[in-house]
Amino acid sequence: MKNKIFRGTPASPSIAIGKSFVYSPKQIVLSSLAERKDAAEEIALFEKARNMALRQLRNLRVELKKASDPVSSKLIDVQMLFLQDPLFLNSVEKRIRSGKKSAEEAIINFSESLEKDFQDIPNSYIAERYLDVKDIVGRLLKNLREEETDDALGSYGDIMIAESFTASTVLQMSKAGVGGLIAERGGRTSHFAILAEALNISAVVGVNGVTEEIESGDEVIVDGISGVIVINPDEDTKRRFERKKEEADAIQKKFLEQKDLPATTIDGYSIDISANIELPIELPFIKKFGAKGVGLLRTEFLFLTSENVPDEKEQYDFYLKVAESAYPDYVIMRTLDLGGDKIFKTKVQEENPFLGWRGVRFTLANEKIFKDQLRAMLRVSSKGNVRILIPMVSQLEEIVRVKKIVEEIKAELKKEGIAYDENIEIGAMVEVPSVPLMADFFSEIVDFFSIGTNDLTQYTLAVDRGNKNISSLFDQLDPAVITLMEMTVQKAHHNNKWVGVCGDVASDIVAIPLLIGMEMDELSLPPSFIPQIKNIIRGLSLKECKELLGSAKKKRSASEVRKFLKEEMLNRFPSLKNILVEVEDG
Amino acid sequence: MFKKDAEIINSLGIHARPASMIVKLASSFDSKVELEKNNVKVNAKSIMGVLMLASEQGDKVTIIAEGKDEKEAVESLVELIEIRKFDEE
Repeated sequence: MKNKIFRGTPASPSIAIGKSFVYSPKQIVLSSLAERKDAAEEIALFEKARNMALRQLRNLRVELKKASDPVSSKLIDVQMLFLQDPLFLNSVEKRIRSGKKSAEEAIINFSESLEKDFQDIPNSYIAERYLDVKDIVGRLLKNLREEETDDALGSYGDIMIAESFTASTVLQMSKAGVGGLIAERGGRTSHFAILAEALNISAVVGVNGVTEEIESGDEVIVDGISGVIVINPDEDTKRRFERKKEEADAIQKKFLEQKDLPATTIDGYSIDISANIELPIELPFIKKFGAKGVGLLRTEFLFLTSENVPDEKEQYDFYLKVAESAYPDYVIMRTLDLGGDKIFKTKVQEENPFLGWRGVRFTLANEKIFKDQLRAMLRVSSKGNVRILIPMVSQLEEIVRVKKIVEEIKAELKKEGIAYDENIEIGAMVEVPSVPLMADFFSEIVDFFSIGTNDLTQYTLAVDRGNKNISSLFDQLDPAVITLMEMTVQKAHHNNKWVGVCGDVASDIVAIPLLIGMEMDELSLPPSFIPQIKNIIRGLSLKECKELLGSAKKKRSASEVRKFLKEEMLNRFPSLKNILVEVEDG
Repeated sequence: MFKKDAEIINSLGIHARPASMIVKLASSFDSKVELEKNNVKVNAKSIMGVLMLASEQGDKVTIIAEGKDEKEAVESLVELIEIRKFDEE
């Protein structure tokens, strides 16, 4: 069938057109299987693919260790054990010999039977290891199909399709020059999506059922700008997307050339544009995309991919690396923003986790975990470029208690003769509406604010974005959210405190004039968006942004705000047309 | 055949790292080595098998070995689980 269209979440703003390879299918399409040779030959093929996979993983592990990513390299160890598992080897061999299956089919078969077993495991951490098995299955299938080099995965220009990817796999795919990827699961903030974006691989994620609709070898268009996928496009559709790709690539190239120009408006208003970072392998992107330091260092991955709560030393090594990569610019390190369920894996169950024991509420109750983290952060602060950000704040008392703990740690460090920044800034995330409403008082005890627009929107509108029945109510440009953001800035500035934005709004082109109009001091965004957003800021004036903010505040709904801003921005930046306007279906 | 019970004491149970320690240790013996919990028996030399046992703190598992070094295999696994607690605590 020609021109089959799917929609997902756009996760990396570029377009790729290429031959597809279904890397880790939910269910394999049997007609696409290679023809079976005799058993001995199939077993030899399997062995060859397996040895190649072991070599690929060994190389990857070396690379991850170099990038100071001990956590991911531990997970590679587990993957290598899977590849040598007698249960796996015996049952694949049995399927080839007595089940008369090809190596390919035998692997798929085994993986499907294993999936059922893993699904029944109540411990979420262990159940998640099934994703490692899937990743290995994909790697083996890919190795079976084609000649691969030892440290790259995939072929130049290919579009890889999977239920989900691991970050390290995406890293290897980028080496092979893979053009795009499509995943059934995940969102814009999934690790693999963040990496794809930074490595300039176009990506659309959260495309339900797509692995069953694409067969390896199909031609596929991935439009990471609008989130559209076209399977087997006709000539006309293909031409249209090729033109869109050329235009988009040219714009991106221009933006990237100007990445180090400052983010200053025509009339001289300057704002810091920094990067949201989480993984060690993202660190080179700070300079690559012209970021002024790190505006949000998420620390959850250290805790999520680790089997134990990481100790002070493990955290210190990572934070030091980040602080050094950003120097002389600053790094804003956010303390652990997780629910108790994620840390203790299975033991905590809550009826309303989003209104529950998360962020600072959790860390204040688990002082050992909190202190280890704060100490590690303080220990890397001696050069004066580290700031600490506290998530999920809702009460003044929480900040008071955090500051008391920080002072205790400072006293300890002083006694031990360890250097740290005596004037380290402590800031609060603005996620719960009580913070903007009480911002006068908060301004007296924090050094800065950072607005997390996703959570602020969720808590202001009482909308869970993941709930399909109501997700259309979720929009970060809702007038109520705009009002709370502006309120925060006014009250903070009144007390000489500064405000940044680290949520999705900071990379939403149409929202930029509003944030400038409020006189935000800093925006932190996914690295690859930075050149584009800086370019847009250089084309605006503070005066017109204030006017646009004034008009936007008179609108009655998010959609009115959006429509108004989109028109205004298109008038000013006609070249944005391809980025702001979705292409119509084929 | 030789067998013995062991109680999982470390707080996170048999997650990936302890599982890989069990597999590596079990593989160093010639005997067939199995773990059993709630009538489910798995090959202790298989990471998938050991993980799927999904053992948590407080669970009792039985270590069963058969072969010429069966006693040694069982004793060293009990030591790993109960005494060394997977070198965690």
